[in-house]
Amino acid sequence: MKTDQETNNPVGLSRRSFVQSGAAAFAGLVLGFHLPANPMRRSEAFAATGTPEGKASQEARLNTWLRIAPDGLITIYVAKSEMGQGIFTSMPMLIAEELEADWSRIRVEPAPSDAEFNYTGAPFEVTGGSTSVRTTWEILQRIGATARHMLIAAAAQQWGVPAESCRAEQGQIVHAATGRKAGYGELTAAAAALPVSAIPKEPKLKAPSEYKLVGKPVKRLDTPAKVSGKPLFGIDVVVPEMRYGAVRHSPVFGGECANFEELAKGMPAGTSLVKVTGGIVAVADSWFTAKTVVLGLEPRWTKGATAGLSSKDIEKKLRTAAGGKKNPVAATKGEATKALGTAKVKLEAEYSTPFLAHTPMEPLNATAHVRPEGIELWVGTQSHTLTRLLVSQATKVPQEKIVVHTTYLGGGFGRRAENDMVLQAVEASKAVGKPVKLIWSREEDVQHDFYRPASFVKMRAGLGEDGLPLALTASIASPSIMQRWTMFGGLPKSGIDMTTIEGLADMKYECPNLHVQTVAVDTGVPVGFWRSVGASHNAFYVESFIDELAHAAKQDPYKYRRALLEKSHPRFVKVLDTVARMANWETPPAEGRFRGIAIAESFGSIVAEVAEVSVSAEGQPAVHKVWVAVDCGRYVNPDTIAAQMESGVVYGLSAALRGQITLRNGRVEQSNFHDYSMLAPHEMPEIAVEIVESGEAPGGVGEPGTPPIAPAVTNALFAATGTRIRTLPISNHKLTGKKKA
Amino acid sequence: MAQTLKVNGKDVTIEAEPGTPLLWVLREKLGLPGTKFGCGQGLCGACTVHINGAAVRSCLMPVAAVSGEVTTIEGLSSDNSHPVQRAWIEADAPQCGYCQSGQIMACAAMLKAKAQPTDADISAAMTNLCRCGTYGRIRKAVKLAIELNSEEKA
Repeated sequence: MKTDQETNNPVGLSRRSFVQSGAAAFAGLVLGFHLPANPMRRSEAFAATGTPEGKASQEARLNTWLRIAPDGLITIYVAKSEMGQGIFTSMPMLIAEELEADWSRIRVEPAPSDAEFNYTGAPFEVTGGSTSVRTTWEILQRIGATARHMLIAAAAQQWGVPAESCRAEQGQIVHAATGRKAGYGELTAAAAALPVSAIPKEPKLKAPSEYKLVGKPVKRLDTPAKVSGKPLFGIDVVVPEMRYGAVRHSPVFGGECANFEELAKGMPAGTSLVKVTGGIVAVADSWFTAKTVVLGLEPRWTKGATAGLSSKDIEKKLRTAAGGKKNPVAATKGEATKALGTAKVKLEAEYSTPFLAHTPMEPLNATAHVRPEGIELWVGTQSHTLTRLLVSQATKVPQEKIVVHTTYLGGGFGRRAENDMVLQAVEASKAVGKPVKLIWSREEDVQHDFYRPASFVKMRAGLGEDGLPLALTASIASPSIMQRWTMFGGLPKSGIDMTTIEGLADMKYECPNLHVQTVAVDTGVPVGFWRSVGASHNAFYVESFIDELAHAAKQDPYKYRRALLEKSHPRFVKVLDTVARMANWETPPAEGRFRGIAIAESFGSIVAEVAEVSVSAEGQPAVHKVWVAVDCGRYVNPDTIAAQMESGVVYGLSAALRGQITLRNGRVEQSNFHDYSMLAPHEMPEIAVEIVESGEAPGGVGEPGTPPIAPAVTNALFAATGTRIRTLPISNHKLTGKKKA
Repeated sequence: MAQTLKVNGKDVTIEAEPGTPLLWVLREKLGLPGTKFGCGQGLCGACTVHINGAAVRSCLMPVAAVSGEVTTIEGLSSDNSHPVQRAWIEADAPQCGYCQSGQIMACAAMLKAKAQPTDADISAAMTNLCRCGTYGRIRKAVKLAIELNSEEKA
C-alpha cells in the first residue's frame, strides 16, 4: 500500500486530488447529475415525527459520478458503504445495464463525503435499513442511460450520421449501416465536450425484458481483492507518523475516569494517555503495547448510569412498564378488550428478548489526523456523511475542512452507523498531535456496544368458533433507539418509537379487533440499530404467538397463517406457499426431525422460513435445514440475494440459539466469542433460498432474512418437545429430547 | 529485542517486545495486513498463518516463540493463483471478507497436510468463525479447492 498522503486510502480515491482538479482535469468523461431526491423508507416512517428530511430532500444537488477513462475503463463512485451485502456489485450492475458497458471493464470506488455525491439530498446518508439498491435504483439507471445517450451523440456527430442509427453494445457504439465501431474510451473526449443541451433530461430506459445483467446472477467485483490479503479495511490503514491507540471504557455505562491525571503522569516512556469520551486511550508505537499498557493501569471510575443494575432489574422494569394501562397506543382497530371478553378461547402469553451485541468481525477502529488546517479520517463507516457531520459538531471544525476516506467494512450490522470510535480517535489525535489509529479490543466491543434493545411484550388473543382470532392485543416495553438519534427526529412526542413496533403494530394477519400499545423505557444501557432492528424481536413475538393460536385452534401452523392472510395479502400467501412447497411441509419430516414455520415483512420484502430441527437426548437442539422464500420485488443480483438470505439466517440463528448480553452490577457480563458466540461452521444448517417473482417495487435484502429464523426454530422446537420458548435465547431453556404425548 | 524471522520466503529482522504476538509484528512491522485481528484470544481464526506449513493462530503466538518459516496470505500467491484462492473466487465465498484470509489459510494448511481430506477432516480443519455466515459457500469453496489442488499436482 502506498503511504503517500494523497493515495493512502486503501480503497482508492484521494479526495483532495479529486475535488481540486475537478471533473475537467480527468481525461475522459465524468458525469454528475441533478436528480430528484429519492425518499427512503425510513424517512416515510419518520415523516410522522416531523424530521427535517423531507425539506432537505428538495435541495438535492449533484448526485453521483461515473467516470469513463480514455482506455474504456469505467469507474463508478458509490456513496454507500460495502459491508458484505454486495452493493459494490449490484449498484454498478444497474448503471452498466443502461450504459451497455462491458462488465469486465467496471471498477468501483467509494465516493467521497462531499454533498455532490449524496443520492438522496438528505443532510446525510446512512447505509442501513436495507435501502442502498432500492432507493437508488432509478438514479443509477438514469446515470447509465444518460451516459449511453451522450456516447451515442458523440459517435453520431463524429461520423455525421443520425444518432438514431447508432446503438450501444458491450462498451462500444456501433453504426450498423456502415459497420463503424468506436469504444467508449475513444468517445469520451467528444462526449465530454457536448453542449449541456445534448444531455437528455429524461433518458430512455431499457425495458426489463432487454436486461442482460440485472436479474442475472453476477459474481461480486470485490471477491478477488478479498481473497488476496490486500489492505481494504479501516484497520489496515497506514498513515505516515501514525501512532496506535487502545481504549479502555468505564466498565459501568456512563462512568468517567476519576484519576486520569495521576495515571497520565505514570505512563511508561514512549506512551501517553488521553481522556476520551467514555474512557481512556493509551497511545503507543504499536497497538499491542498500547493495549498492554492500558490494561495494566488501575483507573478509578465515577459512578455510571447503570451502577448496580442487573439484568433482573431490567426485566422487572420492562415487565412493569408493559403492564401500564396508559401506554401510548400504536395501533387500534375495533374493540379488542370487549371482544376478548366474549371470546370462547383466550390465550395470554409474555415474551421477551435480550440485549444483543453486533460483533462485526473487524474490531471497531478509526484513524484520525487532526491538524490546524482540518481533520482527515479513515474509517469503515456506514455513513461517511454522518461521520463528518458529527466530528464537525464535536470539534467545531467546519465540515468543509473534514475529509472522510471510507474503506470497506469488515461487517457493519448497524454497529458502524455509530461514530463513538471515530470521535475517540479524533480526541486522541488532537491530544498527541499525530495521526492515531484507534482499535478497540474485542472485549471493549462486546462490553460497549449500542445493543439491540431488550424488550418485553404481553400478548393476548381471543379465538372465535372457527379458531381464528377475534381479538389480538400486544403491549411492548423497550428502550428507545430513536431517543438518542435526534438527527432522525428523536423519540416523538407521542412516545412511540417506530423501531420498537415495526412488524408488530403493522402485523398483516386478519383480525377484526386489534390493540397495540408501546412504552419507551430508559435502562441506561446504550441501544442502537441491529440487523433488522425492531423486526428482529417483533417477528419472534408475532410469529410465536400466531403459532400458539394455531395450536390452540388445533390447526396446521402453515394453513392457519395462510387463512389469516388470504383475503388481503396475496404476496404473503405466495411466499408462504413457496416455502411450504420447498420444505415439503405436507409430508412429515424424517423420524426425530421437526419443522417450524414463520413469515415476516421487513424493509419492503417478505420472507418466509421453515426450519427443520432435532433435539438430542441430552436436550441439545440442532438446526439441520432452513428453507427461505423471499419476495423482494424487482431485484438486481439473485446470487447476492441468496447470499444475504443465508447471512441473515445465520446472524439471526446465532442470536436465537445463544445470543444475550446480560448485566451484573452495572457491567456487561460477556466479553469475547467464548461467551458471546456466533454460529460455528459445524453448526451451519443447509440453507435453500428461492426468490418469489412479483415484479413489485424493489425491497431490501440485507436484513429481511434475519427476523423469521428465531420463531421458525422455536416453533420447530415446540413441535419437537412441546415446550413453548417465549424468552430468547434458546440456550436459557432446558429442552427434553422427547416430544410430550 | 531484535529477532530474525523467515516470512513469505524472505529473511527479515524485526524489533519487538518478546511478548508481542506474531500477528502484530506481521501487520505493523512487516506491512502484511492480510492477516487479521478478530478476537485476540485464538477463538475466531481471522489471524491464521502457516508456520512450517501448519495453521497457527498468530494472535496468541509470541513472536519470540516462532521457530520456522512463516507464510501469510500475501505469501500464498501474488496473483490469486493459489488453488485455494481460485476456489474462493469461483465459489464467490466472501461477503464482508474480513475473515477470509484466515479461512483460506486454514484450508491451504489442510490441503498441504492431506490432499484428499474427508468431510470429517474438513470439519476438523475449518473451524474459523464468520459473522456474515458464509460457511455454506466456504464449504463449496473447500471442495473445489481440493479438486483444483489435485489437478495442479497431477
